[in-house]
Amino acid sequence: MSLLQQLIDAVALGALYGLVAVGIGLVFGILRLVNFAYGELITIGGYTLAYLSGQPSVVAIVACFAAVIALALVQERVAFRPLRNASPATMLVASFAVSFLLQNIYLLAFGSRGKTVSTLGGLNTALAVGSLRIRWISIVALIAAAGLLAATTLILNRTNVGLHMRAAATDFRTARILGVRADRVISFSFVISGFLAAAVSVLLTVQSPLVTPDYGVSVTIFALVGVVVGGLDRLVSATLGGFAIGFTTSLVGAQLPSSSSVYLPSVVFGLVILVLILRPAGLFAPARRAVERV
Amino acid sequence: MPEPALAVDALEIRYGGVPAVRGLSLEVGKGEIVGLIGPNGAGKSSTLLAIMGVVPIAGGDVRLSGRSLRGRSPEWISRAGIALVPEGRHIFPDLTVAENLRLGLAGRRGRDGLERDLDWVHGLFPVVKEFRARSAGALSGGQQQQLAIARALIAAPDVLLLDEPSLGLAPTVVETVFAALGEIRDRGVTILLVEQRAQLTVAFADRTHVLANSELRLTLGRDEALDTERLAAAYLS
Repeated sequence: MSLLQQLIDAVALGALYGLVAVGIGLVFGILRLVNFAYGELITIGGYTLAYLSGQPSVVAIVACFAAVIALALVQERVAFRPLRNASPATMLVASFAVSFLLQNIYLLAFGSRGKTVSTLGGLNTALAVGSLRIRWISIVALIAAAGLLAATTLILNRTNVGLHMRAAATDFRTARILGVRADRVISFSFVISGFLAAAVSVLLTVQSPLVTPDYGVSVTIFALVGVVVGGLDRLVSATLGGFAIGFTTSLVGAQLPSSSSVYLPSVVFGLVILVLILRPAGLFAPARRAVERV
Repeated sequence: MPEPALAVDALEIRYGGVPAVRGLSLEVGKGEIVGLIGPNGAGKSSTLLAIMGVVPIAGGDVRLSGRSLRGRSPEWISRAGIALVPEGRHIFPDLTVAENLRLGLAGRRGRDGLERDLDWVHGLFPVVKEFRARSAGALSGGQQQQLAIARALIAAPDVLLLDEPSLGLAPTVVETVFAALGEIRDRGVTILLVEQRAQLTVAFADRTHVLANSELRLTLGRDEALDTERLAAAYLS
């Protein structure tokens, strides 16, 4: 496999992790909630696709989006809204509880053996460009991620609800004093977050079609690590961090001899520790502006 | 007697059992400017935050044209017609000046007369128009204060609450801000002004209450601005 081909796969995986990072980062910005249960949104999307694999792709994908967004709103309403004034640590622990609860519900409802998704399976075929063989899913993932990131940016920068979200992420109290509706902004951030999780479900199940109860956990952990590495405070740096971790994982994985592939997480997390020692505020975090205006 | 625009009635505020405001009652009639002064920690800011629904009311009530605001959320109160210019301005530094101003629309009831209000606000604070494309964090402190007041006005509030608008500003900017407050009142907006600058406030407001040690100590009329003895006694009590 040529280096160029590895780079293309790495960019595609990075884009996918970048999407997860945006989904997590959006909600964090507003609620200071690190939603560990984000992975279970991806998982329910996977199950929806698996159970609807016999249906036309459009039907399965629309149902996937509906199920994931619905679960995101339920998470917000049932688990996180009552804790809105709690400390970030309390909310983080609560999100662990939600994550484990949902994983066990999946285990009871769908069994431990996993369900296979065949929707969009055709995207695993490769496109030959000269000596390069690029899988269609890499191309689709890249385009979809770029489109979704652009759409999210447009919503944040060009709409009123986006303006309210940006204000709430900076200073929620002042935003509410100005009349920004807390419930609406938070619900909307969960809707976007769920929308992105559903897109990840669709793209991820093409590459790893076997959906198990803990399906979304590892991608979420990796993306969360990426978000921290990039810098949690800003959506852009969080997204770049997510991208970086996916990119690195894919590239290091391709470079490691297959006999050493068990060491992949060790290598990646070793790099993470190095980055956090050198730049504790985040790899992509801007230098602090300490000037107070008078 | 008609209902006052804003009535604070035997207000109690406590932070974890420690009283911040005890039994405060005051009224602001429609179109009036009422001052609220007193030493640091007297409970002035807490009073404004309680009116705005940010800090819970432990006892008593706050009424807007006779309607109780107790237990309402800040966004509900904002949409009911009260706007707060918070202490320290709290503009959004990463957003542009124009975006900061647009946020004020969140609390506005309907878009009627928006063009006219925008022109008026731009006339009142030309910097807000001139620097509309800049990020608000790049403005000077005085410009940020003008933006914070403009943002509150764009909501077309019935009652405007200001928390130390002169804090940290150069004397000429303080003059600009107070001149603007006079124009805002002339437009029919009711104002409750919390300030550190005691004499300036007493001379400017229709009447001024002195808050010390969480309680109302003294009420002064505009012509009593030079009565520094009573003022000092109230502060030190």
